[in-house]
Amino acid sequence: MNSNVASIKLVLLGEAAVGKSSIVLRFVSNDFSENKEPTIGAAFLTQRVNMGNQTIKFEIWDTAGQERFASLAPMYYRNAQAALVVYDITKPQSFIKARHWVKELHEQASKSIIIALVGNKLDLLESDEERKVAREEAESLAQEEGLLFFETSAKTGDNVNEVFLGIGEKIPLKQQEVQNGNGASVNEVSRVDLNVAGSSGANSSGCNC
Amino acid sequence: MDEDYDVIVLGTGLTECILSGLLSVEGKKVLHIDRQDHYGGESASVTLSQLYGKFKQNPLSKEEIEGRFGRDRDWNVDLIPKFLMANGELTNILVHTDVTRYVEFKQVSGSYVYNKGKVYKVPANEMEAISSPFMGIFEKRRMKKFLEWIGDYKEDDIKTHQGLDLDNNTMDEVYYKFGLGSSTKDFIGHAMALWTNDDYLQQPARPTFERIVLYVQSVARYGKSPYLYPLYGLGELPQGFTRLSAVFGGTYMLNTPVEKVMYTEDGKFQGILTKEGTARAPVVIADPTYFPEKCQSTGQKVIRAICILDHPVANTSNADSCQIIISQSQVGRKNDIYIAVVSDTHHVASKGHYLAIVSTIIETDKPHIELEPAFKILGNIEERFMGIAEIFEPKEDGSKDNIYLSKSYDASSHFESMTDDVKDIYFRVTGHPLVLKKRETVESEQ
Repeated sequence: MNSNVASIKLVLLGEAAVGKSSIVLRFVSNDFSENKEPTIGAAFLTQRVNMGNQTIKFEIWDTAGQERFASLAPMYYRNAQAALVVYDITKPQSFIKARHWVKELHEQASKSIIIALVGNKLDLLESDEERKVAREEAESLAQEEGLLFFETSAKTGDNVNEVFLGIGEKIPLKQQEVQNGNGASVNEVSRVDLNVAGSSGANSSGCNC
Repeated sequence: MDEDYDVIVLGTGLTECILSGLLSVEGKKVLHIDRQDHYGGESASVTLSQLYGKFKQNPLSKEEIEGRFGRDRDWNVDLIPKFLMANGELTNILVHTDVTRYVEFKQVSGSYVYNKGKVYKVPANEMEAISSPFMGIFEKRRMKKFLEWIGDYKEDDIKTHQGLDLDNNTMDEVYYKFGLGSSTKDFIGHAMALWTNDDYLQQPARPTFERIVLYVQSVARYGKSPYLYPLYGLGELPQGFTRLSAVFGGTYMLNTPVEKVMYTEDGKFQGILTKEGTARAPVVIADPTYFPEKCQSTGQKVIRAICILDHPVANTSNADSCQIIISQSQVGRKNDIYIAVVSDTHHVASKGHYLAIVSTIIETDKPHIELEPAFKILGNIEERFMGIAEIFEPKEDGSKDNIYLSKSYDASSHFESMTDDVKDIYFRVTGHPLVLKKRETVESEQ
């Protein structure tokens, strides 16, 4: 059995209505609903994936609508180990926004963050909608910026699991760098867990997994 | 945008963010707006380049800043220095709203007091108290008796009161009963009860009693000091509560000045106009800067000096974080001077740097000179940013026009008065007192 469980904070970024939440819903519950209302009250969703002898537990953070007026808090992508930057292949504007998010992540997020560029709504091509973002254009952005790249359909489920598996494959190797690479050698022992109603003694780092 | 809400909140300071988080959890539809392009208002943590922009006439370029102080993005400098009491109300609110999921905390390493030219550690446990050079042996024994009285006191067991009445005896009378000397009084009143001046001596003992209990329980909770501090700075706190609000449906708009406030015919709040259009709500909560005409000065002004150091403060055992209290009696003042120190281990400064914020309530017309005793303790200061803030409060309680305003952040070293303000506004807005319940954790897991 798997004894190693690695928790990975994964954040979703992208313009409103490109299908960020739908991709996660497909991945977490293998479900899809048209005109999905945003999830109320969920801090984040979790899903486990087995990768060889390791289990990866994705903690998936939704924007909770804070992207609507470009008001995401920096705290949102702080300490994220992975990010999905999502756009709609029929909406060129959403691809411009995706470029912006990739730049923002490179400037603000952890240096070792794994970013997957995801062009969603492949299914619309079947229903006679026109593709407006060329696959080649997205591929070349991914190559320049060192991103994973996928085209998906949250509606049909096409390629959705592959996104997370692709990130999962990159994780074990990257983990070491997270610890050594970003200069953030925090003394874990002195962190406190406020949820522990301890009355004495120092509480060590609180991992609630 | 032409939308209706239950509550509009203006300003993303911590007070406003806690309120919008609490109200969203209760199912209220909240629109939360800030004219600035970042979260936190007065309680934000900012980068060095933002700090230079705010405080200096001729700010350094980003290149110059990074040349001197390392990467700009490694800095998260608080504008207002405060710590959380480990057992205080803000900790309760964080735990009960689950905002602890978004923010990590470290203990502050120690609390210190300045006495007769030296910096002493405030004992955090009995062992430290016995070995502290701060008090003589007889005074230690009297202090012990006093603390035992505090620990044993039970409201409904009159024997434990030892003849004292918390509501009728003044604190000075309590001190007299235990025979405590002036430097011990100073220590209890300023380092434990955290009063900023001596007005409390002639007032009923209860508030001081409660403050001491809070202090003792906070120290007992994690051990080193009564204080906690969030990684990446205090600005994480408002961000954490905005996330809480957002996951419960709150709508957020930064970088959005209020162009017009709309009123009903009978003068009640009706809505606002912004670049995005009109938003209406029966109630607005705001910080004083959004309705200056509805606020008045408390007469108090606080001076704060943010200092960058490349060394820990002397005589603090190289603490990565600490509080130092310069009691008013030590330097011939009415109000204490506070120093709050944090460092790179909290992700608020680049490697090897310390941030010390010195603050006090202004008493003279040369306020920067009032801070000199603190600057002496800090030693060599690489860069200093000084600002003066007037403390404002609302003129009215909001019942007439449904405009509920918060107070400015005061000179106290912790968040207890801020959480009092939160609870007070909450009560006035909702009509019922805030009851903190552990909420059900919503997390789907396969």
